[in-house]
Amino acid sequence: MAFLFSYLDMVLFAALPYLVLFTFLLVSIQRYRLQTFSFSSLSSQLLENRRHFWALVPFHYGILVVFAGHLMAFLIPRSILFWNSHPLRLYVLEVTGLAFGILTLVGLLGMVARRLGNSKLRVVTSRADAVLYVLLLLQVVSGVAVAVFQPWGSSWFATSLAPYLWSLFRFQPDLTYITGLPILIKLHILNAFIVVGLFPFTRLVHILVVPNPYLWRKPQVVRWYGPAPRDIA
Amino acid sequence: MNVRSQISMVFHLDKCIGCHTCSIACKNIWTDRRGTEYMWWNNVETKPGTGYPAKWEDQEKFKGGWEKQNGKIRLKSTGKGRIVTNIFHNPHMPSMDDYYEPWTYDYQHLFNAPEGPDQPTAKPISMVTGDYIDIESGPNWDDDLGGSPVYGKNDPNLEGLTEEQKLQLFSIEQLVFFYFPRICNHCMNPACVASCPSGALYKRGEDGIVLVDQKRCRAWRSCIAACPYKKVFFNWFTGKSEKCILCYPRLETGQAPACFHSCVGRIRYLGVVLYDADRLEAVANLPKEQLIDGQRDLILDPTDEHVLEGARKNGIPDSVVKAAQESPVYQFVKVWKLALPPHIEFRTLPMLFYVPPMAPVMANRKNGALNSVSDNLFHDIDDARVPMRFLANLFGAGQEGKVAYALRKQKAVRWYRRAVTVGDVDLETAERMLREADCTIKEAMAIYELTSLCTFEQRFVIPPMYREKALEALRDPHEVKQSAGFGFLSGPRRGM
Ligand code: SF4
Ligand code: SF4
Repeated sequence: MAFLFSYLDMVLFAALPYLVLFTFLLVSIQRYRLQTFSFSSLSSQLLENRRHFWALVPFHYGILVVFAGHLMAFLIPRSILFWNSHPLRLYVLEVTGLAFGILTLVGLLGMVARRLGNSKLRVVTSRADAVLYVLLLLQVVSGVAVAVFQPWGSSWFATSLAPYLWSLFRFQPDLTYITGLPILIKLHILNAFIVVGLFPFTRLVHILVVPNPYLWRKPQVVRWYGPAPRDIA
Repeated sequence: MNVRSQISMVFHLDKCIGCHTCSIACKNIWTDRRGTEYMWWNNVETKPGTGYPAKWEDQEKFKGGWEKQNGKIRLKSTGKGRIVTNIFHNPHMPSMDDYYEPWTYDYQHLFNAPEGPDQPTAKPISMVTGDYIDIESGPNWDDDLGGSPVYGKNDPNLEGLTEEQKLQLFSIEQLVFFYFPRICNHCMNPACVASCPSGALYKRGEDGIVLVDQKRCRAWRSCIAACPYKKVFFNWFTGKSEKCILCYPRLETGQAPACFHSCVGRIRYLGVVLYDADRLEAVANLPKEQLIDGQRDLILDPTDEHVLEGARKNGIPDSVVKAAQESPVYQFVKVWKLALPPHIEFRTLPMLFYVPPMAPVMANRKNGALNSVSDNLFHDIDDARVPMRFLANLFGAGQEGKVAYALRKQKAVRWYRRAVTVGDVDLETAERMLREADCTIKEAMAIYELTSLCTFEQRFVIPPMYREKALEALRDPHEVKQSAGFGFLSGPRRGM
C-alpha cells in the first residue's frame, strides 16, 4: 500500500508537472502562432452588465493578490520567513491572504451564478468554460479551506512547497518535501497542475496577452502599408 | 507641415429621406454574421430622438470622447492609469439593452401550424438565445417620432432650450424632425484608437480609414466605451470589436462604399482631403468655440504650392493629390463652409461632415408660409430659434453662428436658382441675399450643381489606392509563385 502511494506520488508530483508544463508551453505557443484570432478574453459584458461588475471585479482583484502571494512565497521564501518571524506580521499576512481568498471565492461564485441565471450567457458558455469553472471552483475552495484548516501557510509554503517547486524547475524533483503533506494541500497542488495543463485550451489565454505596451505607446496608432512618410524624408 | 491624405465624407441632410437603404446595404454585406446581428455600422436616426444606442450623445452617461484637463486632452473613459481598474469591468460600456436584442420570426410556424380557428402568427425569436421574446425596442424604434415624449423629448441635444421653446418644439402641428444617418466618422483624433490597451485599433496611414485588427483585439472593450459616437461594436460571439471599415475592399477597387453607392437621396459625398498631421494635437486641444475653425484650418488647400511640396515629400502620389483637388468634400467643408462636423466638442475631430438641413427650420414658421419679403431676408432662419439652438448643439459645438451661416447660404442659393428658373422672385433680391450670405454667383452655381445635378463621379471621387503596389514594395508576388497552392481559409470562430 505504502509502495502504491509513493508510486502515485511519483506520477502526480514528479511526472505530471512536467507533462502540464510541456502542454502549457507547446499549446500556448502553437495556438498563438496558428490561431492568433482565438486569443480573446471572450468578455460577456455586452450581454449582461450589472452582475458582471459584482462578480468579475472581486474575482480578479482577489485572484491577482492571492497569485502574487504564491509567487512571492515561491520566489523569495527567505524574506517571507523573515517577515513572519514577528507574530503580528504573520497574522497580517495570514488574514490578508484569507480575505483575498474569500474575495476570489465570492467573485467566482458570482460568476457561476451569473452564467447559470441568464439565458443569453448560457449561449456563450462553452464546454471548456464549464470545465474551467469546475476546476477553478475546486481550486479556490480548496485554497480557502487550506488557509482555514492548515494555518500559517505563508511559513510552511516557504519551507516545504517552495523547495519542492524549485526542485521541479531544477529537473531534480524532490518529493520528500511534500509526501507528508495533508491531503487537502495535495489536492490543491494537484488541481493547480491540471489548471496549468488545460490553461492553453481555454479562455485563460487572455492572461498571456495582458496589454502592457499600452503603458508606453503613443495614444494614436497609424499603420502604413508603404514606408511611413517620416522615413522617406 | 506633415501632409497626410484621408478619405473624408459629407452627408447632405436636406436630401435624406430616411429610407434606411444605406443601413440595409451595409447589413447585407458586413453584419449578417453570428454575433453581429445587433450591429448597424450605418444607422439612420430621427432627430430629435434618442438614437442608437439610446442616448449615445449623453456623455455624462457613456463617457465617450476626450475632455480637457490641465491644459491637455485626455480620454473621458480610460487612460494609462485607469486601464488597470477598467479592464475587468468597463464601467461605461453600453450593454445589449442599450442597443436592442436582435430577433427574427418563427416563419416556419406559418406553414406548420395545425389547422385551427385562428390565423397562425410568426412569433419573434431572439437571435441570441433562439427563445421566443417580447420585442421591446429596435435600432430605429424612434423613426419619425420627433415629437414623442419617449424619444424626441429625451434627445440630449435639447440641452439649453427653455421650457417654452421645448413646448413649442413638441406641440402638435409644430413638430420638426429630420433624419440623421450615421457611420463611423473615421476621425482624425480617434478616441477608439487611443483607448485600445492592445493597440488593435489603428488608422491607415494612406487613407485614414480606422480599423480593428481582429487578430490583435482581446475583448478589453475600451474602444466601445471611448468612441463618443458609439460606432465600435462588440461581437459577442467571436469576442472581438468590430466597426465600419468604410468598405475598404470596395474603395481599393475604385467603388464607393455600399451605403454611399446605394443612397437613394444621393446625399452622400466622398473624397480625399489633405491635412496637416503635425498640428492635430494642438487643434484637438483648442477651446470648444474654436474647434470647428481649427479643424477647417487643418485641412489643407490641395492647390497650394507648399502643400503640394509637402505631399510630394511625404510620398503622396500625384493621382491622390489630383483626387484631393477634385474632392467634393473639400468644397463643402473648406471652401463653402456648408458642411459641419457632428459634435466636434467630443474632440475626436470627425471626418464625416453634415450639411445641416433647411427643412425643419423653414417648416417651423407660423402658418407654414415662407414670407421673405421683409427687410431681413433671412428672418425665417433667424426666427426659428428652437431648431437653431438644437442644430447648433448637434453640428456647431453649441454655436448657432456656424449653423446659421450654412443655412443662410443654402437659402440664398435656393432663392437665386428660383429667381433664375421660376422667376417669381426678383433677381435683385436674390443677388442681395447671396451677398449677405457671403456667396458669389459662381459659388452659388457650383453649390447648386454639386447638390442637385451631381453625377456619381462628382459625388464619389475615389483616389487610386495603390494597395497592390504598396504590398509589392514589401514583398514580390513572384516570391510565392509555385509555393502557395489552394488551401483552406478558416473563418473567425469563438475560442479554440
Ligand atoms: S467615430 Fe468612433 S469608431 Fe469611428 S474613428 Fe471616431 S472614435 Fe473611432
Ligand atoms: S439611403 Fe440615403 S436617403 Fe436613404 S436613409 Fe440612407 S442616407 Fe438617407
